[in-house]
Amino acid sequence: MNPKYKRLLILFLILSILGLATKLVLMALKENIIYFYTPNELKKKYGNVKNIENKIRIGGLVLEDSVVINKNESIFEITDKKDNIKVFFKGQLPDLFREGQGIVAEGILKDNKLIANQVLAKHDENYMPPEVADALIKSGVWQGEKKK
Amino acid sequence: MFDWLANPNRFKKITNKLEPSLMAIALLFIIFGLYFSLFDSPKDYQQGDAVRIMYVHVPSAWLASFLYLSLAVSSIFYLVWKHPLADLISISIAPIGTLFSMLTLITGSLWGKPMWGTWWVWDARLTSMLILFFFYLGFILLHNAFERKVDGSKSASVLAIIGIINLPIIKFSVDWWHTLHQPSSILRFDGPSIDNQMLLPLFLMMIGFCLFSLYIIIVNVKTKLIEKKCEAILLKLNIKEFL
Repeated sequence: MNPKYKRLLILFLILSILGLATKLVLMALKENIIYFYTPNELKKKYGNVKNIENKIRIGGLVLEDSVVINKNESIFEITDKKDNIKVFFKGQLPDLFREGQGIVAEGILKDNKLIANQVLAKHDENYMPPEVADALIKSGVWQGEKKK
Repeated sequence: MFDWLANPNRFKKITNKLEPSLMAIALLFIIFGLYFSLFDSPKDYQQGDAVRIMYVHVPSAWLASFLYLSLAVSSIFYLVWKHPLADLISISIAPIGTLFSMLTLITGSLWGKPMWGTWWVWDARLTSMLILFFFYLGFILLHNAFERKVDGSKSASVLAIIGIINLPIIKFSVDWWHTLHQPSSILRFDGPSIDNQMLLPLFLMMIGFCLFSLYIIIVNVKTKLIEKKCEAILLKLNIKEFL
């Protein structure tokens, strides 16, 4: 066999073995790579556990008409359209925070409520000028994310 | 065919003609791209003016990945066909890739603070991009770490090839796992989800960055070729202290 092709073959073999190994590692670490759980996933994973001492992150949409902003605490619910979790947060909410917006909250679970110490906004992959967004919502083509 | 392309003299002949116009066109694209991205493109319905960071962030990220792919392919050519020009190309690509991956991380961080509310999170997309940056650094370090240059070239090439595995992870991280980073807006099955007015500056910047990288790579390769020639001459004259 031509040594060039032998080297190419070895390279190909090594790469496929490495690829497979990486795939297995990533599969095993799936739980740790996920940045957040949705409320429904949390329920599936922990069942009816009401208190979780370790920090967890919960992501989803801010449930409409659930936001109460008091002087030093904001209360709202995160939903994935299946389950909701109530969140208590003392601190500054990100600019993009609004009803219907995707967010990720980090904190501990206490009595089935998330006492958050950090709330991050997640924006979607749609980019358009405000006029286009308005027109799309008006014509009913696109639901949009509810504005303030 | 590779031999035809890989002949250093032919390489010089072709690139000498290309070089000046390449830089001029690259600059033109970047200037127009910057003009459109900063002044003549609409605000985003959600993010307002902060969306303009995208016009640097996204092309940088694409180039960082694309340049890594080129670096790895040229490393394969070096290891399999043992052509020295392939190694020169790899080491010429590496610093630009490092720069673009750094630019991606920095602009991403600057974008993340106002939009997400944080400079950095350890989600899959951000972490895999950081790993890409480390692969670039590792390649350069390993390339220079040996007394015998061939050893450095060989081990760095092996490292570059291992790093290929990271590329699909970067690309698909946002689909495979929940991440804070949003999914892809352009390379997706149902077409881009970016308004046309915003795609224009994005593509201008993209082409500009590509041509700019190509220009720098060519200049780097030529410099390295001259270096090699000097070394050969010094060796012939038996002058060791310059080596």
